Amino acid sequence: MRGAKSAKWVAGAIVVALAATACGGGSGEEGKKNPAGKPAGYVSIDVGEPQKPLIPADTNETNGSYVIQSLFTQLLDFDAKGEIVYTNAESVDTTDSKTWTVKLKSGWKFHNGEAVTAQSYVDAWNWYANIKNNQQNSFWFADIAGYDDVHPEKGDPKADKMSGLKVVDDTTFTIELKDKVPYFNYKLGYATFAPLPKVFFDDPKAFGQKPVGNGPYKFEKWTHKKLIQVAANPDYQGPNKAKNKGIQFKNYATLEAAYQDVVSGNLDIIRQVGPTDLPKYKQDLGDGAIEQPYAAIQSLVPAFYSKTFKDIDPKVLQGLSMAIDRETITKTVLNNTRTPATSFTPPQVKGNQDLGTDVFTFNPAKAKQLITEGGGVPENKLFIQYNSDGGHKEWVTAVCESIRKATGVDCVGDAKPDFPTDLEARDNDQVKSMYRGGWVADYPVNVNFLKELYHTNAESNNGRFSDKEIDKMMEDADKASSLEDAVKGYQAVEKKLLEKMPAIPLWYYRINGGHGKGVDNVAVDFHGDLELTGVTAK
Amino acid sequence: MGRYVARRLLQMIPVFIGSTFLIFAMMFALPGDPVRALMGDQAFDPAVVEAIRHDRGLDLPLWQQYLKYLFELVQGNFGTEIASQRPIADIIAQAFPVTIRLTLFAFTFTVVVGIGLGIIAGLRPESVRDRGLLALTLVLISMPSFVLGYLMQYLFAFKWGVTTPTVQDSESFGDLLLPAIVLGSLSLAYVARLTRTSMAENLRADYMRTAVAKGLPRRRIIGVHLMRNSLVPVVTFLGTDIGNLMTGAIVTEGIFNVQGVGDAIYEALFRREGATVVGIASLIVLVYLLASLLVDLLYAVLDPRIRYA
Repeated sequence: MRGAKSAKWVAGAIVVALAATACGGGSGEEGKKNPAGKPAGYVSIDVGEPQKPLIPADTNETNGSYVIQSLFTQLLDFDAKGEIVYTNAESVDTTDSKTWTVKLKSGWKFHNGEAVTAQSYVDAWNWYANIKNNQQNSFWFADIAGYDDVHPEKGDPKADKMSGLKVVDDTTFTIELKDKVPYFNYKLGYATFAPLPKVFFDDPKAFGQKPVGNGPYKFEKWTHKKLIQVAANPDYQGPNKAKNKGIQFKNYATLEAAYQDVVSGNLDIIRQVGPTDLPKYKQDLGDGAIEQPYAAIQSLVPAFYSKTFKDIDPKVLQGLSMAIDRETITKTVLNNTRTPATSFTPPQVKGNQDLGTDVFTFNPAKAKQLITEGGGVPENKLFIQYNSDGGHKEWVTAVCESIRKATGVDCVGDAKPDFPTDLEARDNDQVKSMYRGGWVADYPVNVNFLKELYHTNAESNNGRFSDKEIDKMMEDADKASSLEDAVKGYQAVEKKLLEKMPAIPLWYYRINGGHGKGVDNVAVDFHGDLELTGVTAK
Repeated sequence: MGRYVARRLLQMIPVFIGSTFLIFAMMFALPGDPVRALMGDQAFDPAVVEAIRHDRGLDLPLWQQYLKYLFELVQGNFGTEIASQRPIADIIAQAFPVTIRLTLFAFTFTVVVGIGLGIIAGLRPESVRDRGLLALTLVLISMPSFVLGYLMQYLFAFKWGVTTPTVQDSESFGDLLLPAIVLGSLSLAYVARLTRTSMAENLRADYMRTAVAKGLPRRRIIGVHLMRNSLVPVVTFLGTDIGNLMTGAIVTEGIFNVQGVGDAIYEALFRREGATVVGIASLIVLVYLLASLLVDLLYAVLDPRIRYA
């Protein structure tokens, strides 16, 4: 009888376990609606879960940016060539590059009906810049006079408004900068400069889950880790009015799974085809395959504090650059997902120029000669640091092989398990000799690729390149009173950089995505994002 | 019996605390700062990074962070994520039901088909169908799950168009069928082999001969005498397998795009969301503990000689 008694116990335990799972499992919505079902006229794209709540100044990764850009419209935007297109602004003018006057188009409304006024912009920017609010992109407002009061390096803010922002009337406000920034209007195209409605300030936390913007799409729903859905805004007045009825941003665990769904018609657009599917995606998708270069660059950045590159003769770096067979590597290992670089800036930005040099051309004989002239690489060995979770291993190995064959310098990949570890080594000056650097344009001007990377005080200058002459030239160029002059100044900086070699540019990025038969008119913008407003559903 | 269960349940407490601490310490030891990683490749302001770290209590020493975590956990609060600021309880509540469904499905498949095949083969050892089962399980055991996953995806979704290649709705059992089969197939092979061997062995046991000599009907001999004794090793395996099915689904979840526990823990690990990893891992530890308790109790049912007091 013992057996029978324990059987009862076990049966009891099983019932409890099943009840527990049933409690967790039944979310009460079963049978009501298929959450993956797509309303007619909507377009779906593989955009994963945003890392942070949806607040414009707190988002800099691609997933969140896609959603933010669909919900918010800033003063201006850029066309495919990187030229300014005014969206919410009527005009953004300056006479001295220091004080800028913004005139808004009248009649614009947030999705809750509130009017978009000069005050909506000024209040939003003051909130973004305030150190108390911990906004990731707050440093974007650092050019504005009074920024140091709301965002001191240490301690509490002294004010809650930047003195440089002044509202003139409902549709006009002025921005006074600390110093001249001739390309400031280009910075305004960054998603961070979006306005906020009054409801935001009541409860920023709730707003981040259910944002109310002024953009081409209205927020509909966010099912975490699965889907974000936005609907076209019928009252939108900007030039980029939605040509579809809405967008579904769907989260995929892998690129491969997303690709399978595009091929089978369960997903409309994929932003990037995974390496396994690259060789065949053009056959699979036919006209739907998208291959287009955009403003982003990948470089090898020497750590100028490392044993290998401390006080190195730039000739050695030029030699190493010439030892890399960019043509072959981009074609074979990288499956044509990159275009060989010919300068420090990608072709899509203002001021990109032909440097008239052979430093970026594969030439083993000259490479060897330059390295010898420059005194060689210490210990005749170098390391390339990369994160092994990002698909970089293959090309790093190929680059090393190319350097080794051409020059006899031993080259080894230094793999870090993931991106956070890689970044930590860069921040703490622990790079053994060089690291893989990547940079995507924030705004389409050459300054973005030069000043933010190679100025001594630049935050992203992790190679710790420091050259007084270059710093001086950059500061002079910033003092120019017109954009053209500033761009020219930076062109001179770029030419000078070729002699100093703060990095070895490798290649520019290309987007390799695609769309299924259900949609059409999928275009790519200057920094590689797909322009969703123009997509039409068939 | 009741005291035994109570004792086992009480023993779980130190195990639970120990395992959470171990995982917590491991997450702490990992290089890479979650707040810094948020900023990515692009420019950022170190003051903001510091402020966020302070805000989330990440600048405290390990023991303080752990005590704070444990204190909150006892009150039923799993904490909030560093980046998304969502309550971790929400993330768990979203991921677990999906995985539990997938696991139950895969588990049922494993038990029914695995034991079924094992019985068919085990009753006639060394026959053609026994050899056939051996070959089939060999293939399943040696095939990595991603190969099987992609193969099934190709055959069912593209070749025959029976299903969609990925799971469109993780709440529909029909959609989860394919991933559940892929997930369960490795265990299925083991279960089938274990059942088969155990039965083949017990067929020759003395008590079987006695049963036959007593003139019992064949159904009763196999169904009660043989099965009960042969299932002990199978149940042991199945118990630990529940835990494996729940955690080992990362690859399968990736292929079929199921946003379950595997996906959640992988992403949390990648983003250094320590509290999320600890929360999910602790629950998995609990699942393992409960499953092993259940197995121990089942022994008593299967074999009356085993008793707990």
